[in-house]
Amino acid sequence: MEVTKHRHGTRKGAAHTSTRLSRQKVRWAWLFMAPMLLVLAFVAGWPLFKTIAYGFTDASLIAPETARFIGFDNFAFLLQDPYWWTAVWNTVVFAFASVALETVLGLIIALTLNAKFPGRGGLRAAILIPWAIPTVVSAQMWNWMYNDVFGVINHILQFVGLIEQPIAWTASPDTALLSIILVDVWKTTPFMALLLLAGLQMLPTECYESARIDGVHPLKVFFRVTLPLLKPTLMVAIIFRLLDALRVFDLVYVMSGNNHDTMSMSVYARQQLIDFGGLGFGSAASSLIFAIIALFTVVYLTVARVGREH
Amino acid sequence: MLIKVMLIKTNARLKKLKRAVANVLFYLLLAVIVLYTVFPFYWAIVSSLKSGSALFQVDFWPQDPYWENYVAVFREQPFGRNILNSLLVSISTVLISLSLALAAAYAMGRIQFRGRTLLLFVILGVSMFPQVAVLSGMFELINSLGLYNNLLALSLSYMIFTLPFTVWVLTTFMRELPKELEEAAIVDGATPFTIVTKVFIPLMGPALVTTGLLAFIAAWNEFLFALTFTLSSEMRTVPVAIALISGASSYELPWGNIMAASVIVTVPLIVLVLVFQRRIVSGLTAGAVKG
Repeated sequence: MEVTKHRHGTRKGAAHTSTRLSRQKVRWAWLFMAPMLLVLAFVAGWPLFKTIAYGFTDASLIAPETARFIGFDNFAFLLQDPYWWTAVWNTVVFAFASVALETVLGLIIALTLNAKFPGRGGLRAAILIPWAIPTVVSAQMWNWMYNDVFGVINHILQFVGLIEQPIAWTASPDTALLSIILVDVWKTTPFMALLLLAGLQMLPTECYESARIDGVHPLKVFFRVTLPLLKPTLMVAIIFRLLDALRVFDLVYVMSGNNHDTMSMSVYARQQLIDFGGLGFGSAASSLIFAIIALFTVVYLTVARVGREH
Repeated sequence: MLIKVMLIKTNARLKKLKRAVANVLFYLLLAVIVLYTVFPFYWAIVSSLKSGSALFQVDFWPQDPYWENYVAVFREQPFGRNILNSLLVSISTVLISLSLALAAAYAMGRIQFRGRTLLLFVILGVSMFPQVAVLSGMFELINSLGLYNNLLALSLSYMIFTLPFTVWVLTTFMRELPKELEEAAIVDGATPFTIVTKVFIPLMGPALVTTGLLAFIAAWNEFLFALTFTLSSEMRTVPVAIALISGASSYELPWGNIMAASVIVTVPLIVLVLVFQRRIVSGLTAGAVKG
């Protein structure tokens, strides 16, 4: 009797300390997160709030304190500006074309790297090189290769006989956006390839074994087995890259400045904001970019979830 | 009978030939991949070693290396200062974000509390922010702190993309450590603070190197904020300096100098990436695939 009572007592005590301990732990958790959350609120939350607020005013960069509230005027004006729509179109073309090309190329490289061959480690290192090069540097490197008179690309194409006359790749409106897309593809394909390679290496090997024994054609195996199994990885990699591409700034800015033929949404907003000093109008453009990308993300995730359930 | 044997033999020979062709094609594909990824940087190195007139001829090998471009870069603009700026900004960004993120990742990876998943997704959401969406608010914030044209403005603003990323990756790493670790420490009566500093930091060493390196590269390469929040050429970071190198007119860009500057800032990065290759790949995939 004594013994059981005693036991009961300690168990109750232990339960009590454990809830107290866990409550204490939760308090510690918030304490540990507080500095990070404060900094994020300071550098992300507050500036985002201010940008959206400025979008409804006629503030100028030189004297932001004289701002007046003007409702949706900035947005109305923005939607009538043909240059804004060109920027939206350029960004959409850039994002979808480069991500599509990167996915295909990345998949090819990932499948290649997934095979066993001597020097595989070296190749995996080599494809990391474009990823490691700063965007500004790759923009300048390619600008030089694209140079209409002295560029190596025109030289090679003329040598092979593909073109008769040198092409002004970055200056001509027909090829300027394409040139930028190709640089982005070069720079970001490695990221895609490595993500997809990681995905490939997680796939179960049994399916492949049985397919090989049954003598199924490799292409059929790829489309019927590999691709469906790789779909979750593909979806994640594509959304990461699309969100990155939709906010593109540095590549476009360094390769062709504020040129309207290639201007992306981010370049447009920064030009209005900094070069033209339109704090209010530029902020309106920035908020709209934020809204577009947020909306796109929500739609993409919803479609992906519905796709997974079916 | 003889015909049958011959048929079998040719069949086997055909199979062998087929395999050989496939092998050749495979190695051809490998060569194309390597050429595609490596050639542009190789071309930048070759161009950086050419004098003014040699630049205008296409030679795939520098005839006699011309080092003057590497000297001119430092003479014609404060490029040494720009490199120092980039180093100061990137290193401080990495140190601040790692210490803030490590504490937060301990809480999110090891402690159960309500709203944890929501919080993680909010943080992931911040990392998806287009930088331009906070540009004007950030500009005002920096002006009101008196940090315009000051390197501190860059370290501060870079938190917006390094912090969410480091928190996310470190939380994933934290979760993978065995549960018994802290249970033993709690039984010994250790406070969460001692648990983090004495138990987790030593174990998180590799993860910290990986995330620190990725954050360093992101900060080193950043362009939009650096372009907007600095004014004088002494305050510029490397990407802004390289983007704004200009000649007498826009048609006479000093390509030799630009290529030399590009090689100077890229070679250390490439060495870092090649040395830490495996860690970087695991960090990138931890951030994306598992998320």
